[in-house]
Amino acid sequence: MLSIKARDLWLNPRSRGLFFQLLVLLSLASFLAFISANTIANLQKAGLTTGFDFLSNQAFFDINQRLISFSSQSSFGRALVVGLLNTVLVSSLGIIAATIIGFLAGMLRLSKNWLVSRIVTTYVEVTRNVPLLLQIIFWWATFTSLPRVRDSIEIFEVFFLNNRGLRGPSPIFEQSFFWVALVFLVGMLATFAVSHWSRRRQMETGKILPVFPIGFLLLVFLPVMVFWGLDEPLAWELPKRTRFNFIGGINITPELLALWVALATYTGAFISEIVRAGILSVSVGQTEAAQSLGLRNKQTMRLVILPQAFRVIIPPLTSQYLNLTKNSSLAVAIGYQDLVSIGGTILNQSGHALEIVAIWMAVYLSLSLATSAYMNWYNKRISLVER
Amino acid sequence: MNSTLQNNTKKKRIAPRAPPIGSTGAIGWLRQNLFSNIFNSLLTLICIYGLILIIPAGIDWVFLSSQFAGDNRFACQNTGACWAWIDQRTGQFLFGFYPEQERWRPFLAFLLLIPALAPWLFDRVPAQKYLRIFSVVYPVIATILLVGGFGLPNVASDKFGGFMLNLIVGLSGIVLSLPVGVLLALGRRSRLPLVKWVCIGFIEIVRGVPLITLLFVSNILLPIFLPPDATLDSVVRVIIMVTAFASAYMAEVIRGGLQAIPSGQYEAAKAMGLNYFQSMRLVILPQALRISIPGIVNTFIGLFKDTTLVIVIGLFDILGIANAMVANPDWLGLSTETYVFVASFFFVICFSMSRYSMWLERRLGTKGSTGWSS
Repeated sequence: MLSIKARDLWLNPRSRGLFFQLLVLLSLASFLAFISANTIANLQKAGLTTGFDFLSNQAFFDINQRLISFSSQSSFGRALVVGLLNTVLVSSLGIIAATIIGFLAGMLRLSKNWLVSRIVTTYVEVTRNVPLLLQIIFWWATFTSLPRVRDSIEIFEVFFLNNRGLRGPSPIFEQSFFWVALVFLVGMLATFAVSHWSRRRQMETGKILPVFPIGFLLLVFLPVMVFWGLDEPLAWELPKRTRFNFIGGINITPELLALWVALATYTGAFISEIVRAGILSVSVGQTEAAQSLGLRNKQTMRLVILPQAFRVIIPPLTSQYLNLTKNSSLAVAIGYQDLVSIGGTILNQSGHALEIVAIWMAVYLSLSLATSAYMNWYNKRISLVER
Repeated sequence: MNSTLQNNTKKKRIAPRAPPIGSTGAIGWLRQNLFSNIFNSLLTLICIYGLILIIPAGIDWVFLSSQFAGDNRFACQNTGACWAWIDQRTGQFLFGFYPEQERWRPFLAFLLLIPALAPWLFDRVPAQKYLRIFSVVYPVIATILLVGGFGLPNVASDKFGGFMLNLIVGLSGIVLSLPVGVLLALGRRSRLPLVKWVCIGFIEIVRGVPLITLLFVSNILLPIFLPPDATLDSVVRVIIMVTAFASAYMAEVIRGGLQAIPSGQYEAAKAMGLNYFQSMRLVILPQALRISIPGIVNTFIGLFKDTTLVIVIGLFDILGIANAMVANPDWLGLSTETYVFVASFFFVICFSMSRYSMWLERRLGTKGSTGWSS
């Protein structure tokens, strides 16, 4: 029969697929049309305009926690940049601390010492099963109820902990410190070159070069010699106590401190589980095989165990870093001025809800897409080559 | 020579000797697990010292020198914790601003939850079949009990609060996000490019942004997106957003399970003449969901913890009530007591969820991939 029947079309997977996709497309398009029609109507009713021009308007509010200069005369756009930098600040501090805590806790949990592994397990279970927001607020309440400035808790007479945060010494770099930094940088490049060259030489001739002493000489000894030779071009400005407050030094606000501690301990607990799973995933046979090949303990760890454990550890670890960055937006609950918090203030002042939400989404989405792109690349690079 | 050898061997069998005292029993355990070498011994001693410092002081603070009665914080004269607020405030912590004479309703709804959940969680529950039917009807019963109708006076949802609100949002999210997550996971693996890309777009966008921004969206943007005269209840808005958020994570966990099913299973289902939906329902999904149990439960735990985020859009869940109490002049400065109290609620529920999933894993004899949700 030449005429195409509806039944034939239905039984053909290709035409049926096309039909379903058309259905999805239609419902999606009508949904979007519905939303945009409503949005236009609502915005007109409220007399609001759209567009990103408002970003250059004056902000009229102040930001205490800032890495770049900001005053109430600055623009909304600059306020958002300050917020973004604050997000980056607390995320990077948190990632560093969480990694240290997580790796330490993960290895201690595998310790043969029963008491140690129990204590670490308790830490992990308690932090993982209590909401992060609750922990952030708890730490914030704790830090803001510390003694007043007059009765600050002194740590080594250099750090002072009180209800306005943690105050410590700030470094003062003299001009000649540049040379120390330069020597360190050159030393770093040279160490890379030496280790690369020695690995190649070992592959060809089997001779082993003592890379560690050379690296120590280049990275520590030389910069320290230059540092002394230039008459110590780095000084520390200690906080000085006045009647009501301290002057000088760096102050970490209780908000940043609370957010940092909470994010680091919370994410650290998750990372410790990842590290534990990673180490357990390498079978004992691998260690035995490496030892029977004559590798030393350190070499076994470095060349056999760690590369295989990291294959398992890195992907979930990266997503934990991303989670930490996203979780730092909970800062809004304690008034740490991150991207979301400052965006909320601007939203209330200017009424540009659509644009602010778009900026939030754009920032967090590009962060997470970049992370998943890196993860895909890493997975491809380290995936097992099956023969 | 042979004879000398024979002379040297003993005729009598030696009776087996007990193992050295140091290697068995309590001493052996101590030596093996706490004092196996110098470093471990040192670590053990440091830990014991730390525990001696912390545990008695903690017990003293919580129980011995604490005070359980009083009208306000000035009544608490002891050095330990001040729990005097518990008998005044427990109602608020559990039910928020729900009218006091109606509080039996959420309580009854909570009690009915136990027979509704039991047939799904455990085998060999008496009257399993009828209980399963009951659990399908349960959401309707619970909604009527909480909101009102059929002779019960109406209670506006802005009166909902306390731990009740966490349970409502958390349970609705858990129940709704699993089917939505399954659909998204299947859609992401679909052959139809449009379906596939819509699902990928939804999953990646939702997973890429913090839940807090989604809640802001529900609060600020939904009124803009809806027709000018339409309104959506704030609790319903939160449930929608939490479900959307959790289902994107759920989809990724289930996708992991789907990928772990060998392609032979798909082909076998096709060879049996099953169509797509039949093969998914009867062959693939039962296996994939079983592998994904740890990840699914982790997502549930994360979702339940995230219900505290509703405070940023002005709802008073248990954490919101706690914040209000800490700021109350009568109880000012009791932050540690209050937050420890609230934390214990979440710890009990989340910890038992994770233990339940471990038990289920052992029972089903699976050892699947773990989803790392926050």
